[in-house]
Amino acid sequence: MSKHPISVTINGTAYEDTVDSRTLLVHWIRDGLHLTGTHIGCDTTSCGACTILVDGKATKSCTMFAVQANGRQIVTVEGLEQGDRLHPMQEGFHEKHALQCGYCTPGMMMAAIALLQRNPHPSEQEIREGISGNLCRCTGYVNIVRAIQYAAEKMSASEPVPVPAGEGDD
Amino acid sequence: MASEIHAHHGLGEPYKRKEDARFIRGQGTYVDDVQLPGMLYGDIVRSPYAHALIRNIDSSEAMKVPGVVAVITGKDLEAAGLAWMPTLSADMEAVLAVDRVLYQMQEVAFVVATSRYAAADGVAAVDVDYEPLPVVVDPKKALDPEAPLLRPDKKEKQPTNQIYHWETGDEDATNAAFAEAERNGVVIKQDLYIPRIHPAPIETCGCVANYHKATGKLTVWLTSQAPHAHRTLFAMVAGLPEHRIRIISPDVGGGFGNKVPIYPGYVCAVVASVTTGKPVKWIEDRSENIGSTGFARDYHIHAEIAADKDGMVNALRVHTLADHGAFDAAAQPTKFPAGLFHICTGSYDFKHAFVDVDAVHTNKAPGGIAYRCSFRVTEASYLIERMMDTLAHDLGKDPAQLRLQNFIKPEAFPYRSALNWTFDSGNYEGALHLAMKNIDYEALRQEQAEKRARGELMGIGISTFTEIVGAGPGKHFDIAGIQMFDSCEVRVHPTGKVLARIGVQTQGQGHETTFAQIIAAELGLSPDDVDVEHGDTDTAPYGLGTYASRSTPVAGAATALAARKVREKAKKIAAYLLEVGEEDLEWEPGRFFVKGAPAKGKTIQDLAFAAYTNCPPYLEPGLEAVNYYDPPNLTYPFGAYICVVDIDRGTGMVHIRRFMAVDDCGTVINPMVVEGQIHGGLTQGLAPAMYEELAYDADGNILAGNFQDYLIPTAMETPLWETDRTVTPSPHHPIGAKGVGESPTVGAPQAIVNAVVDALAHVGVRHIDMPLTPWKVWNILKEKGLTSD
Repeated sequence: MSKHPISVTINGTAYEDTVDSRTLLVHWIRDGLHLTGTHIGCDTTSCGACTILVDGKATKSCTMFAVQANGRQIVTVEGLEQGDRLHPMQEGFHEKHALQCGYCTPGMMMAAIALLQRNPHPSEQEIREGISGNLCRCTGYVNIVRAIQYAAEKMSASEPVPVPAGEGDD
Repeated sequence: MASEIHAHHGLGEPYKRKEDARFIRGQGTYVDDVQLPGMLYGDIVRSPYAHALIRNIDSSEAMKVPGVVAVITGKDLEAAGLAWMPTLSADMEAVLAVDRVLYQMQEVAFVVATSRYAAADGVAAVDVDYEPLPVVVDPKKALDPEAPLLRPDKKEKQPTNQIYHWETGDEDATNAAFAEAERNGVVIKQDLYIPRIHPAPIETCGCVANYHKATGKLTVWLTSQAPHAHRTLFAMVAGLPEHRIRIISPDVGGGFGNKVPIYPGYVCAVVASVTTGKPVKWIEDRSENIGSTGFARDYHIHAEIAADKDGMVNALRVHTLADHGAFDAAAQPTKFPAGLFHICTGSYDFKHAFVDVDAVHTNKAPGGIAYRCSFRVTEASYLIERMMDTLAHDLGKDPAQLRLQNFIKPEAFPYRSALNWTFDSGNYEGALHLAMKNIDYEALRQEQAEKRARGELMGIGISTFTEIVGAGPGKHFDIAGIQMFDSCEVRVHPTGKVLARIGVQTQGQGHETTFAQIIAAELGLSPDDVDVEHGDTDTAPYGLGTYASRSTPVAGAATALAARKVREKAKKIAAYLLEVGEEDLEWEPGRFFVKGAPAKGKTIQDLAFAAYTNCPPYLEPGLEAVNYYDPPNLTYPFGAYICVVDIDRGTGMVHIRRFMAVDDCGTVINPMVVEGQIHGGLTQGLAPAMYEELAYDADGNILAGNFQDYLIPTAMETPLWETDRTVTPSPHHPIGAKGVGESPTVGAPQAIVNAVVDALAHVGVRHIDMPLTPWKVWNILKEKGLTSD
């Protein structure tokens, strides 16, 4: 198979690498860059545990090749905390007990951040729809909804939170 | 000073989780996050057939694939005596198939390569020649004389496909009660199928095995709910000395019973590491997880209740056919082949009961005990709650009223059931009354009558279940011979901070927080001052692991008692320092003081420091304690759930309008964590009731082998759960706490099914098997002439 040089910015850091054409983005991020917060929960693009932001859009990184990330801006869970300041979404998940085993958590938070970027004041139904690409086996989603509501309130009440810019996904 | 100490969070507080700090930053350490120098990757060649002979395995092409290092087959393992491994049910299971495969997705060969991609290429290049054999999928046909014998390997001791017959209860007295009810009362009978489902934790199973030839030490990072038991089993199977095996169960991305057994992939990775001298990682994908690891349920039940004409129950009779798949690898205590299924008299005062279970082999993956089942309590609870509703409907009684008249009364505890369990405590009517009040049951029944008159379909379902968790007393409960105690080791540092290690293993249930709360409460500390570790068999005390909601009942008890031992020693030190007798001291959280002279006292921090710096000459220095707790009984949490459904007559869609869950798990350590357990558990009760089924076709092909077809509920399908609680402590538990993690999954499915049947009872629907898919419900509506356009 062919190899390709790529240049990708992840959490503000530029990475140069040469990847096989078939290498999935999630494997490159996890195995190659040791950013292991992004998880793999299925083999059919169903669970969303691998969700990251690619140019601001929530993207299941198991369903994208690393070469397709060439030239793009990516944010993973490791990029949410700014200095020692948690992102409101991280804070909300902690405050509202929106995680248990923690395995869906990174992808869930990334999907929720993308949701709030395109809809800063979602209803409960819109939140549930907005995270319907992300499976959680532990929480029953109730507290995840509460955490996202917490983050939405916090983000609209305070100064703009340094979340990477993007178009928001649609 | 004292009030300041009291202000600390402790027992009963919604203390925020210590675990969260790493998980919300992506800094958890799950097995697939472990990367070691020179690490190789294993991948498994799996059978496409449900039943076939293996004529030949040709690995020559696979060995030519760039990066492939080795291909291990069943014959290779056989030469090392490792082709088969013992299960927790005293059966043997093939690690890699030698001469035949017995289910689709069974492990046939293990490919080791320098990357996961190369390993997958290698798997595709292994050429296996199969000769298909007749397939047994339906357990009802497994005992037909013409059915092929699936396990010729154990023909000597088991000449048919029947694994066991197990029974309990007084059959004669039960039959007599039924004969009497046939004459003067009522007998209701119903077949119930509880479909095969899969726990499907979002993180699949996997391991990293690292064998050091120089030291002879094997370290395995493993998705394990029971790392110590796994260490012992590895020692027994592989012949390695136990002190040279270290199992590390790191952060685990959900277990739900799926990560209790030892799977062939783990053994293959260990063999591969020993063979290659390098670390070997094996991580299964989702399809492999669903297709080959421990399933749940798959019970075909025939149940009967004998009652009088007023609905007072008298006797319960249950016959069950259990489908265990190709190998009996059900993970339960050795003396209980059908788990604790005989809790099936439920919350009701049955005078007589008899239960039998026949288990058979089929061409399916092994398992059975998993998915918050508490050792078959899901099945037991489902059957009794469905039957109580059926009795109510048959008699034209309100299902709540029928339950209230048959409950074991609060004053009857400890209550000895007809099947010989001693229920510790309960107040069932209290829980049901609270649930009915919260949801305004009477108004709902009125609304239902009005809707029914308008042709709308609304149903109300009740489940008042009793759980049995905390296995268990060593006299009766053991896993592979090891008694089911659990343990805690509490070490207080000179500055009064605590390191505690426990023999159980969290998979998200919050033990690092809640066990710290137990110790903090016993010693008068903040939970912040207590770090809790688990999962490393080199450091943690031996325990039996976390499953069947046993952590709080068993290790939670050990934790409180270990902390009390520390406190007792601290008291001796306080007496020495204060120059008084121990009997002159009083304890308030965090401090011993002299009776009548409260200003004269020593804090736990003072005493910890003294233990290292100024220890009484008649005591050992240091301040630590360990407790291995053999529980005197199990704990019996309970709950009352009420579900309200509306059914769309056009589509057969069932909409859960409300779900009120009242749980009682005795003393609550952390209400926030308990509520989270209940939300998740209810969702795992919703799932089998409405969406999930692991079905096989007649050829033994898996019909829902990945998340495209195996429908885990998303946030869209999951209702807004409403929860409440009553508190009836366990009298035998050191802090009165009962387990709770599995209660909601045990209790919820029947509330949903009862609600849907309740919505359709007036047109003669008496039972519908799960899952209640729109297609299934729509067909019933159509048959009854209820479909709308």
